[in-house]
Amino acid sequence: MTPVGASGAATLPEPAPPPGSPDEAVVAFDNVTISFGPEPVLENISFRVRPGETRILLGPAGVGKSVLLKLVNGLLCPDSGRIIVFGEEISALREQDLFQLRGSIGTVFQEGALFDSLNVRDNVGYRLLEEHLPDDEITRRVTEALRFVELEETLYKFPSQLSGGMRRRVAIARAIVTNPRLILYDSPTGGLDPITSTTIIELVMKQRDVSRTSSLVVTHRLQDAFMLATHRFSREKNRMEPLPPHQADPHTSFLMLHNRRLVFDGSTAELVHSKDPFIREYLA
Amino acid sequence: MALETIDAAAKRGVLAVQDYALLSARALGNLFRRPFYRTEIFMQADTIGVGSLPIVILTGFFLGGVLALQSSSTLTQFGATDFTGQLVSFSMIKEIGPVVTALMVSGRNASGMASELGSMIVTEQIDAMRSLGTDPLKKLVMPRIVATIVMLFFLVIISDTVGILGGGMVSVVMLGQNGSQYFHIAYQSLQYPDILQGLVKPIFFGFIIATIGCFYGMRTRGGTQGVGRSTTQAVVVSSVLIIATDFLISRFMIGIFGR
Repeated sequence: MTPVGASGAATLPEPAPPPGSPDEAVVAFDNVTISFGPEPVLENISFRVRPGETRILLGPAGVGKSVLLKLVNGLLCPDSGRIIVFGEEISALREQDLFQLRGSIGTVFQEGALFDSLNVRDNVGYRLLEEHLPDDEITRRVTEALRFVELEETLYKFPSQLSGGMRRRVAIARAIVTNPRLILYDSPTGGLDPITSTTIIELVMKQRDVSRTSSLVVTHRLQDAFMLATHRFSREKNRMEPLPPHQADPHTSFLMLHNRRLVFDGSTAELVHSKDPFIREYLA
Repeated sequence: MALETIDAAAKRGVLAVQDYALLSARALGNLFRRPFYRTEIFMQADTIGVGSLPIVILTGFFLGGVLALQSSSTLTQFGATDFTGQLVSFSMIKEIGPVVTALMVSGRNASGMASELGSMIVTEQIDAMRSLGTDPLKKLVMPRIVATIVMLFFLVIISDTVGILGGGMVSVVMLGQNGSQYFHIAYQSLQYPDILQGLVKPIFFGFIIATIGCFYGMRTRGGTQGVGRSTTQAVVVSSVLIIATDFLISRFMIGIFGR
């Protein structure tokens, strides 16, 4: 794939469907447009997320990154265009059917969006509780998910008793507890200090490299994005480690939004060598 | 310019009514669809019903008392103080009991529902719930509607009873009337349509309180300021609707039963 756009307000030349059949992609956007007023928020967005792929969505604050994520799991409905998730056109599904589909998607919201009235166990095991699984089974699976984010000790604490970073980690545990086929991360490190941000990115990377789950990561923090692209999670050392110089994770690629449009869709190398003035300025 | 403003306001109004109708219909439709959130209904019944009991008892008691005081002073002019019990029981059961109890429950619970759901909206908890495959209308709205309707029905009965007792106490202790005469007249003068009127109203009022509270909560926008706005709107709109609906039901019932 090549970098697209040539000016500061660069756009995809023509919204031609990206290569690859929508059927083989986990997520496929074809010419999606959505507006909340007279002006569209996102216009003619087309891209794919393939199985096992991690796509990092970059862009300035307020450009519509979170809106795009909400379109993926059907929380918002596009004005035009097609959104295909796991081979089903979600823009044509009824809300009732979307609840079924969302069972295969894990979402980590910007501020965690944990339920205040439930403790960590019930928050993480929410979906399992709704499925009326036996209590022991729920506790076992929740503990397993919390172990993944290294927060086993918080099982019976309430969200108000956790720090911002811990809430984000619990939100990740909630997203992965049912082993979803796709995970959506909405600015998982937003508002966190650098050390906690690194911990969160390490978890995102761990999920990517251990489970090979497809994911769409929204962020406006370049350091997080490049850390994801240039590091891998080592199971042996149980921590992330840098890839050899000039190498990037082949399953991680970038999307960039600017002025309602998708101005970049390509690999790490293509992004850093882009001649697009906006991208160069953004990366500077 | 002015026309455009009126046009936009009218469209917003129609859209709001449409959204309200859709929310109410979908929430009620969920009554017949699994899963049925029985635990949530009981939890809401506890919060709405048991939680509102003290204010309903207190307001009911004092309203009954003040009705006895006021009606007695008027009836004295006609030498008909014996009918204090009838006036108190009529007023409490047909009008004051259902309306004031509904207004009290609305002030306490429509605002509570709007602020709770509104806070969940602004902190993305509702989005999280939908993402986790749960319909918030089924999990949050439907239990509140069922619990409010059922509990308001019983709260009104309690308020009526306590109000008549309060009126009796004032009549006996402060006005020196005969207690057994008060209760005898209060009971004898009541007819089936009066009771029916008093019991039909809380069903409508309960529906209004819960649906308006949830509606304004679910359409909250704009952070904590928006939550405050939704809370106020929920109380104001539900209170006005309760009084307007009371008028319509009274007119309808009087038309049917002639009293």
